[in-house]
Parts: sequence; structure tokens; C-alpha cells
Amino acid sequence: MTLIQVQNLKKSFGELEVLKDINVAIQEREVVCVIGPSGSGKSTFLRCLNRLEDITGGHVIIDGQDITDPKLDINKIRQNVGMVFQQFNLFPHMTVLQNIMLAPMKLGKGDKESLEKKALELLAKVGLSDKAKGYPGELSGGQKQRVAIARALAMDPKIMLFDEPTSALDPEVVGDVLAVMKQLAVEGMTMVVVTHEMGFAREVGDRVIFMDGGYIVEENIPKELFGNPQEVRTQAFLSKVL
Amino acid sequence: MDTIIAALPYLMAGLKVTLYIFFFSIIFGFLVGLVTALMRLTSIKPLNWIAKVFVDIVRGTPFIVQLFFIYFGLNGLDFISLDRTVAGILTVSLNAGAYFSEIIRAGIQSIDKGQTEAARSLGLTQAHTMRFIVLPQAFRRMLPTITNQSIISFKDTSLLSIIGIADIVQKGKVQASTTFQPFEIWLTVGVIYFIVIYLLSVLASFVERRFVLR
Repeated sequence: MTLIQVQNLKKSFGELEVLKDINVAIQEREVVCVIGPSGSGKSTFLRCLNRLEDITGGHVIIDGQDITDPKLDINKIRQNVGMVFQQFNLFPHMTVLQNIMLAPMKLGKGDKESLEKKALELLAKVGLSDKAKGYPGELSGGQKQRVAIARALAMDPKIMLFDEPTSALDPEVVGDVLAVMKQLAVEGMTMVVVTHEMGFAREVGDRVIFMDGGYIVEENIPKELFGNPQEVRTQAFLSKVL
Repeated sequence: MDTIIAALPYLMAGLKVTLYIFFFSIIFGFLVGLVTALMRLTSIKPLNWIAKVFVDIVRGTPFIVQLFFIYFGLNGLDFISLDRTVAGILTVSLNAGAYFSEIIRAGIQSIDKGQTEAARSLGLTQAHTMRFIVLPQAFRRMLPTITNQSIISFKDTSLLSIIGIADIVQKGKVQASTTFQPFEIWLTVGVIYFIVIYLLSVLASFVERRFVLR
């Protein structure tokens, strides 16, 4: 089943056209990695999928609903689309547990006890059971990012979006975060991951999209895209990063 | 010394009026500041405009003129009748409100955009995001500046004696002219102001330490 359908997506910031004509369909349980040089529009593309960026043109259909429709309640859609940011964006004035429980509490996803139980389960899942009462300021980058993943999962999303989740991390903790993401992928989460981790894209991705200049230049299964790139720009990019 | 001891009960009665007016002015002033700051930050143009004009007018005119305009000017209109205490509280509230407005606006704008994005990405509404994520963090950052403006507003209440409010300055004037010992009286009034403001700043730094831990 198609969970994300993107048709002729365009996005401009003033005069600057960042996304020119993006078309892609992403299936349920699929893990799609988006790679490309900086400025290629890959983060903007991801942020259009939950309308964190206003969409200039085209359509983005999430789970059957066109999110470019101005009458649509975008908050309802976002409850089903988790997002993890490069800079974590944890709420520094709340404990780890409060960070995870805030949205489900305020959006009536259950009573306090059951939500707390679930939050603790999620923390266990990301390997941070002992940090529940701590504050984000006391955590390392890798721990922060794992809490951010738990926070997004607390809403039981159907889709998870990752915006360069390991780019702000020290090299030695990147693996911890990738392991959590890999586990999610194995469990069947539908994921769109903007990343520079070619190893992760190759190993975990079902499909890799290469973007450049506001277009999808090439997409394929990882083995083909990395092993046998067809486009000149893909070849040039991969020769620099691999 | 006897003069001071004899005058103290009167001055204390005046201090009570000063504190009473200050208390209500700061509460209303903060609400005015919060509402106008949010008006400045919405995408609704007329609201931006109204809030900006309000802040500009208050900043661009002296406190005493604002006070005279509200107490004498507005009272000069047939359909308005303001008690002097109401006029006093109104003036200090609006004046403090305009300065609070700028403090709160800057505080809100200083919170990283990523905080709002994270909250909105979870499906929280704009109102939830403001209330649970942005304002609590902004408030912590604003505390020192809010304290500062509160102290300025506290001292501004001394000007209300001009319209006949029986605050500590008004009482001081009476005591100074009846005892013929202005040195002792005004020194005492000054010391009382100093002590109250000192206590206010101690209270504020206590609150800051409680909240700014993170």
C-alpha cells in the first residue's frame, strides 16, 4: 500500500526554487534513504512531507490525505508522522519522561499511568531506561537523539521522518542511534531518512534516492545505486563520498 | 530621630498604597504585555499594527504626560469618570505593559525555531506549543529583564502623588511640611524605597535560581 505519494512537488523560498519537480511513491514498511550533496533540497523535501515547510506547488498525499489541501487539519496528519531532527530539539525545561509524554498527554492518547508505562517501555527500547528523570542538558548527543526518537514514537506514528539524525553526533555514538533506527526498520516502520551515512543506506534502505539541484536524479535499490549508478551526477557524488 | 519615629506610621500607610497600586499594575501590566506581544507575533496584520502603535506611543511620551492625559484628559470627557486610584493603576499598567511587551516579544523570539518545529511535528497545536514549550522557556530568559522593568515601574508609582494619590511620596510631602524637617523625612522615604526594592530583587533572584537551573 502506498503511504506517501508525492506528485510534482515544488518548493520555493522567495525567488529561490529549491524543489523543482519531485515525484515519488513510498510504500508501507519501506525504508527510503535520501542522499545528495548539501543544497540539493533533500531536507526541504523531507520537511514538506509533514508540511513543516509550506508547499509551493504539487501534491503530497499521506495515507490517502492530500496535505496541500488548506482545509485539512495538519495536526491530525502530523500525529501519524514522527520526525527526528539533526539538532534533536528536545524540550530542555522538561525531563526526558515529560518530553516523551507531553504530546500524547495533551492530545488525549491515554491516561497518565498508561502513557508513563509506554514512555518507559520506549526508553527501554532505545536503551535509556535510567535517564527517565534526567533533563536533556545532562545527556550526550547520542542519548539526546535516542530520546528524540522515543518521543516521536510515543505518538504511534505510521511514518517516521529522519532529517540527518546523526550529522550532529560524535562519531563514536553514531552507531547507537543507527542501531535504534535499524531496529525500527526491522520492525516494519515506514521510514524516510535523509542521511550521509552511506553504510546505513546500503544496509538498511530498501531504496535509495539521489537528489541534486531540486530533482530526484536517480533512485534504485541500494545495491544497484551504489554499485552501478546510471547518472553522471550520481557517479560524481558517490565517487566523492564512498 | 523622634521626628522619624513619629512620621513612620504615616509613611507606612503611604507605603501600603504604593504597594497596592504596584501589585495590581504589575499584574495588569504583564497581561497587557503578554497580549500585545502575542499580537505583534501573529500573522494578522491589523493586530501587529495596533500593538506596535501602542508600544510606540507609550515609549515615545513621558510617563507624566500619560498620567495627566488619562487622569485629567480622559476625565475631561463627559462620558468618562475615573477614580484617581483607577487612573493611577491604569497608567502604570499601560506604561509597564508596553515595556513588558517588548521584553516578552524578544523572549519569545529568542527561543530556537527547532523547539516549535519539534512540538508541531508531534501534532501539537500552535496554542499548545506556545503554552507548554515556548513561553515557559522564554519566561526563564525574560526574568532578569522583567525584574528590572518591575523595579522601574515601582519607582514610577511615586509620580502618582501628583494627582493626589496618598502614596508614600504624598505622605512624605505632608510630613515634611508639617514637621519642618524635610531632611529626615525624605531620607526616610528614600530608605524605605531602597529596602522594598532590595527585597524585590532578592525575591526575583530567588525565583530566577529556582527556574533558571536548566
